[in-house]
Amino acid sequence: MMPRSWVQSAASVPGVAYVLPLLLIGFAAAVPGFASAPNVINIGIQSAILLLLALPMTFVIMSEGLDLSMGAVIGFASVVLALLLVDGHSLTWAFTAAVGGGLAFGLVNGLLVVYGGIPPFVVTLGTMGIAQGLALAITDGSSVVGIGSALPRLYAGTWAGLPFPILIGVVAYVVFHVLMYHTRYGAYVFAIGGNRESLMLAGVRVNAVHVSIYALAGAVVGAAGLLFTGRMSAGHPVAGIGLEFDAIAAVVLGGTERGNGWLPGTLLGVAAVGVLKNGLNLMAVPSSLQVAGVGILVIVVLVIDALRRRS
Amino acid sequence: MTALVYRLAGVAVLCVALAMLSDAFLTVPNLLNVLRQTALLFLIASGLTLVVLAGGLDLSIGANVGLSACLVATAVQATGSVWAGVAVGCAAGTAVGLVNGAIVAGLKLKPIIATYGIMWVLNGVTYWYMQGETIYGFPESFRAIGSGYWLGVPVPVYLMVTVLAAGLVFARMTTWGHQVYALGANPQAALLSGVPVNARTFLVYSLSGAMGGVSGVVYLARLNSAEAGIGDALLLPAIAAVLVGGTSLFGGLGSLIGTLIGAAILTLVLNGMNLLVISSNWQPLVTGAIVLLAAAVDTLTRRRADARA
Repeated sequence: MMPRSWVQSAASVPGVAYVLPLLLIGFAAAVPGFASAPNVINIGIQSAILLLLALPMTFVIMSEGLDLSMGAVIGFASVVLALLLVDGHSLTWAFTAAVGGGLAFGLVNGLLVVYGGIPPFVVTLGTMGIAQGLALAITDGSSVVGIGSALPRLYAGTWAGLPFPILIGVVAYVVFHVLMYHTRYGAYVFAIGGNRESLMLAGVRVNAVHVSIYALAGAVVGAAGLLFTGRMSAGHPVAGIGLEFDAIAAVVLGGTERGNGWLPGTLLGVAAVGVLKNGLNLMAVPSSLQVAGVGILVIVVLVIDALRRRS
Repeated sequence: MTALVYRLAGVAVLCVALAMLSDAFLTVPNLLNVLRQTALLFLIASGLTLVVLAGGLDLSIGANVGLSACLVATAVQATGSVWAGVAVGCAAGTAVGLVNGAIVAGLKLKPIIATYGIMWVLNGVTYWYMQGETIYGFPESFRAIGSGYWLGVPVPVYLMVTVLAAGLVFARMTTWGHQVYALGANPQAALLSGVPVNARTFLVYSLSGAMGGVSGVVYLARLNSAEAGIGDALLLPAIAAVLVGGTSLFGGLGSLIGTLIGAAILTLVLNGMNLLVISSNWQPLVTGAIVLLAAAVDTLTRRRADARA
């Protein structure tokens, strides 16, 4: 039976729990300024958007799915948000529209996967193209600037001593943690990947739950468009491309696999990706090699896990 | 076979529609251009077709073409030799294919996640390697591979015909080819009936990688310019060509001829958008919608076949 508790035994803890301390010690020793308080806060701020993508991605991967459209959808949400702000609409209204846009893509993903029976990777590859194309078409391929000062001020502000992005990250984690481990919905999410039959026999509307996982992911990604736009002080149609890979990397590093997820692992995975990128950044390693670094990290951890399972 | 006829009818309908919508469509230069683009897309998607037939997936194909093209660009610039470029392209693409094959067939990683990880590794390496530079202006003899003509027909078309013929012989007339189909249709049954599953899986990924390298050479010779993002937008059209061509994502069903027709359909649609002066910003959207449509048809067809069985 799969572990339904968020507490794990040492043997079942994924490799990232050991890799992360190594990364921290290594960077702290090798890179001056890495272990300073401002830099640690900086890592937290930089990782907030990734966390917002990785949390729902955990649910998606647990349900034997994948969402390749997240990076394109956050770009779409970001330009919708920015265009509405440029038009003089309120931040609340622009944010609602961004969430709505994300939700629409999530619903399409979910409906096509669940009722269409189409493999998730190809559905979300298709919607990735659609979201990217829409974002490019409504902006004519350029950044949306002149969004006013409300959103950048919100993004740079602190609430109760916490920078706004970190606060959002903390709230999102707590909400997902409670949802996953303390509600009936969380139990369904666990069962949908590995134990679908018994869920059906128990009279749960399995298809609706399954669609809702993608819809939730879309809405949260749309909401993350707020932080994304705030960070750049602009909407950019394709700047989000590739974020889905960081999210998948974080989830996979965190030990979540089909039918079985571990949310604290996702948190560790996000931290590992954030620390790796920040440390390499301070070492003046170009961002292109940081991307390759995350890719290699994923392949290496997967290979280690495969070898561990075989022995 | 009827499925192929439907798809050919699709090509015909597209041609008639485009001829009515735009005077520029039925001109010799435009038709040759369509043929050339179709050949390029077919080359990229040809190895991928074998991988999908075997029940796998190669998401790294676009990034492979990109990296190969950039390496070829520096090789040709440095040596001025066409053959050095061709050799570098084939070697780079094949190396990527061997890595994919090793981690999927040898280490048993899931193909989607493994080739997706490799895709980003290649992407990062390409951007790092190019340092934001654009390399352009290649010798005429090299450019001929992608933009030249021989007997009035674009050179890539000859490559396309060669790959198609070799692929058809491989798939239809060799034991290895039959084993690839068997593997995709039912891996368990294939293993039990003595198909060397790992070796054939390794083979298809290697071939897909090699075709990525070849495509990199032709693509570069066509564009006459290399920058790091050269392969970024190639994955979606390649998958679209395979799916529109009727090769099933569930493995074991499809053909290279289908992929050729799929490549033609996609090229005609994109060419039509160009002729009708629709912004290229819409291309990802249209390609994405085509992928979804083709995948839906694939799934429905399989369901109906399952229901009949």
